[in-house]
Amino acid sequence: MELSTLLHATMFLPLVAVVGILLCRHQPNIRDGISLLAGVLVFACVLAIHRQFMSGGDVDITWVEILPGLSLSFSLESLGLLFALIAGFLWPVTTLYAIGYMRGHHEKNQTRFYVFFAIAIATVFAIAFSANLFTLFVFYEVLTLCTYPLVTHAGTDKAKQGGRVYLGILLSTSILMFLLAMITTWAIAGTLTFTSGGIFPEGTPAWLLSILLALYVFGIGKAAIMPFHRWLPAAMVAPTPVSALLHAVAVVKAGVFTLLKVCVFVFGLEVLPSLPATQWLIYLAGLTIVLASLVAMRKDNLKARLAYSTIGQLAYITLGALVATELAIVGSAMHIAMHAFGKITLFFCAGAIMVACHKTEVSQMAGLGKAMPVTMTAFLVASVSIIGLPPGGGTWSKWYLIWGSLEAGQQLMVVALLVSSLLNIAYLLPIPLQAFWGSSDTNVESSSQLKEAPMPSLIALVVTAFMTLVLFVYPNGVYDLANRING
Amino acid sequence: MILDLFNYWIVVILMMVGLFIIVARGNLVKKIIGLNIFQTSVFVFYISVGKVQGGSAPILSDSIEVYSNPLPHVLILTAIVVGVATTALGLALVIRIKEAYGSVEEDELQVIDNQ
Amino acid sequence: MLIHLPILQVIIPLLGAPLCLMVKGSRFVWGFTLLVSLLASMISVALLWQVEANGTLSYALGGWQAPIGIEYRIDILSAYLLLIVSCMSTIVLLGGYRSIEKEIPVSNQSYFYVAYLLCLAGLLGIVAAGDAFNVFVFLEISSLASYILIGLGKDRRALWASFQYLIVGTIGATFILIGVGYLYIMTGTLNMVDLAQRIPSVSESTTVLVAFAFLIVGVCLKLAMFPLHVWLPNAYAFAPSIVTAFLAASATKVAVYLLFRFSFGVFGIELTESILPLHEVFIGLGLAGVFAASLVAVFQQNIKRLFAYSSVAQIGYMIVGYGLDSVAGSMASLLHLFNHALMKASLFMALAAVVYRLGSVQLKDLAGLASVMPWTAAAIVIGGLSLVGVPLTVGFVSKWYLVLAALEQDLWWVALLLVVGSLLAIVYVWRIVEQMYFAPSTSGDQSDGTREAPIGLLTALWILVIANIYFGIDTRLPVGVAELAAEHIFGGRL
Repeated sequence: MELSTLLHATMFLPLVAVVGILLCRHQPNIRDGISLLAGVLVFACVLAIHRQFMSGGDVDITWVEILPGLSLSFSLESLGLLFALIAGFLWPVTTLYAIGYMRGHHEKNQTRFYVFFAIAIATVFAIAFSANLFTLFVFYEVLTLCTYPLVTHAGTDKAKQGGRVYLGILLSTSILMFLLAMITTWAIAGTLTFTSGGIFPEGTPAWLLSILLALYVFGIGKAAIMPFHRWLPAAMVAPTPVSALLHAVAVVKAGVFTLLKVCVFVFGLEVLPSLPATQWLIYLAGLTIVLASLVAMRKDNLKARLAYSTIGQLAYITLGALVATELAIVGSAMHIAMHAFGKITLFFCAGAIMVACHKTEVSQMAGLGKAMPVTMTAFLVASVSIIGLPPGGGTWSKWYLIWGSLEAGQQLMVVALLVSSLLNIAYLLPIPLQAFWGSSDTNVESSSQLKEAPMPSLIALVVTAFMTLVLFVYPNGVYDLANRING
Repeated sequence: MILDLFNYWIVVILMMVGLFIIVARGNLVKKIIGLNIFQTSVFVFYISVGKVQGGSAPILSDSIEVYSNPLPHVLILTAIVVGVATTALGLALVIRIKEAYGSVEEDELQVIDNQ
Repeated sequence: MLIHLPILQVIIPLLGAPLCLMVKGSRFVWGFTLLVSLLASMISVALLWQVEANGTLSYALGGWQAPIGIEYRIDILSAYLLLIVSCMSTIVLLGGYRSIEKEIPVSNQSYFYVAYLLCLAGLLGIVAAGDAFNVFVFLEISSLASYILIGLGKDRRALWASFQYLIVGTIGATFILIGVGYLYIMTGTLNMVDLAQRIPSVSESTTVLVAFAFLIVGVCLKLAMFPLHVWLPNAYAFAPSIVTAFLAASATKVAVYLLFRFSFGVFGIELTESILPLHEVFIGLGLAGVFAASLVAVFQQNIKRLFAYSSVAQIGYMIVGYGLDSVAGSMASLLHLFNHALMKASLFMALAAVVYRLGSVQLKDLAGLASVMPWTAAAIVIGGLSLVGVPLTVGFVSKWYLVLAALEQDLWWVALLLVVGSLLAIVYVWRIVEQMYFAPSTSGDQSDGTREAPIGLLTALWILVIANIYFGIDTRLPVGVAELAAEHIFGGRL
């Protein structure tokens, strides 16, 4: 098939699925089947795109020129492809998980859930394939808006409150700073097309670029750099599949993906290290890494703990993007993939525990390993990957990040990365260990009723946990794509 | 000196009086009267502008050499019509307000509305 | 026929107005009014097309040539405004029948349509006229008609709002009259082209400055520029819903047009730029308007009033664009004119639908609206997003150009404040969205007959909503025309 057809298919198949979902809203089995089928088809498309890309395929699509010189257009590039591959793989898996979760949890408004879920995924592909910053910004905002109904799915006051924080921070940072930075970039450079090596003309004053960089880093609120991270824990009021795919993978990764794109293709690796602001922002990223890990340790609610862990892990990627050596960029891009698989597994497990045992707090989970051996094993494997130890895929990305930081002379950041790894061990590993070897505080009768989560969910979390191991053994595919970013 | 610009002094005084009434009086009818005075000052202003020293009324006749500029007269005729329409509409509104509220005093209307 | 288009544009609605009285039956009067408005919009399209092809059109009334006779002059700026006003009027009328039928007593309906057409004729006349005094006359025609329209509101406070508007509006118009008088003293002409030619030779005189001051203050009263806006919120809140939609989309727009026409077209850029500190004053007042009005809007309980305050805020944006005093700024301002007309027309039409079914526009009564009136609620969401300036809506396009225009002059703080202003819009829009989608319905069961708005109203509403999105994606028409108009103003080719 033509590349452009495939590219369109990734964006429009989910929307076609939306129509199908709406039409079959009274037959849950068919409806969920459509979601699943669309997911598999989309992933097949992304795989086909990947094959053609590796054999040198290239494509440029322009939908419409909104303002003179400013168009909604899409093209193929390795970082975007990597992002699309991750999202494309995880969508059907998450759908599978969601089928088990939503039914097991007897959620209301499931149709609305699947509809907005599919729209969000279509938007993610549009973000991944954006050819210019403007297109990226447009779909970045669409993603915020179409995930809002998912965050507030429960419709309770708490959900509304969370939704308000979510929307408030994401919209206001993006309009206030991201948009302003983008318009300024347009005013200076006269283009917003992603170009290897950056788009700013030589001689643009460093102070101006510094301000712009800061505006981008803070304005891309989805990257959750402190102090604009509050939306992420707030979004945890969403049903777990949403937290898993969107707030561990799609939305947050859209944030760091945007940041990477901006650093590499708007500023350029040459320019970035020379700016006075870069060093400060690197320190801020390092601070976010350590602080988020510290906060995560103090959270007893499992989802909240995972949310703060995500904030820390995102800051790894931001750090790599700002350090801006080739190795660090490779590390960042790989970490997008590695963290996605690890974190989604953890969220899946958290959801499985909630559905099966109705437990949300870490302190209640001791002894659960006997009742839920599969879930807890998956949790252990994913934790190892997040921490960055073999045999988890996270090892490699962390390796490149540390190496890249060393190369750039950021010794302090190496320390931050190592400290954070230790903290990761401290807040993640005790959970599965306690589950297997700790003593249950619940009485024997109720624990005999405990069982594994519904089968679809279980399959999903085993698949993603397995993937973290696969990525340790075969990281080459990811590495190749990441390395191509540097041209 | 002052007498030379006599008309214009009248205009200024009328204008100020009119505006003062509009702002200071709470009675809606009085406000309309103030508005009228204010508008009238502008009419006087226009007509004064059109007057040419020693000129007669702008009527075409062989015996007259110098006559005043007719254009401002025409303009102000239109403006007077507009003014009359405004007054009529304003007074009609006052009547409707009286029917609806039972008062035409601004402060009383505010009290009623805030209830 | 074609050469008579400029006068037909004004005269058709003007003559249509009394004819309304002869048509019997409310449906027929409505149909007749719609027809007249439709004709007017077709003429405006033809005019825009002609002006784009052949440049400025001049029409001598009754065959008397310009300095002596009255001239109608359609340049690209006028044609643009004529298009906005007449098309908005048509779409609003199209959806308005059921709403008017419900909100206006049967005995008054003929008069309503008379006043509506007169208002339309007045607004079109202001834009078409090439003569300063005619501008005043048409201004008064449209104003008097709009006082009537507002006074027809169901709530008795409509009368009081109308009266206040009458006082302020008349003062504003009289100021304009004084300004025109001074100009006549200095130049001996009323034709705007002649004025523009003669003013430079007398620009040293204080009389010209006085004329300028009177004209600008008069116009600013009409366009509800902060802090001269106090009449607007009540007038919009209590007028019949359709009237609010029409006036919000057209009347203030025409006043903005006058501001541009007088300051750049008549007095000329040099005078406007050199002698008066327009720049700072207008940017300051515009931004103050954006913030003050948006903040007030956040705390409103009556949604019509809320959007009325938002209108004052949006006018602030246009004023900032005007104050930037550059091609880019004027273009942004003119673009926002078009875009804001679209947003506010759709929002107020949606409110008309809400009033039609619920009979109230209090925020608390909107609880659970999305489940009973999903199309209307969705329209409010999209209109609101457009107001905020979310990409792919028209609001984004105008904000983009406005910020760009501010950056062009290195006015960083202005650019920053402009985007901060749109954050306030998020707050007040989101209060409504939450209420519609998440608050449980207060009426309890849905057996009280509340359901989706009538199809006519919905059609017009969704035409506007789709226009909000369409022109946010395919921006060629508004951007192209606004750019031409801005260059035209600054090229001094009026």
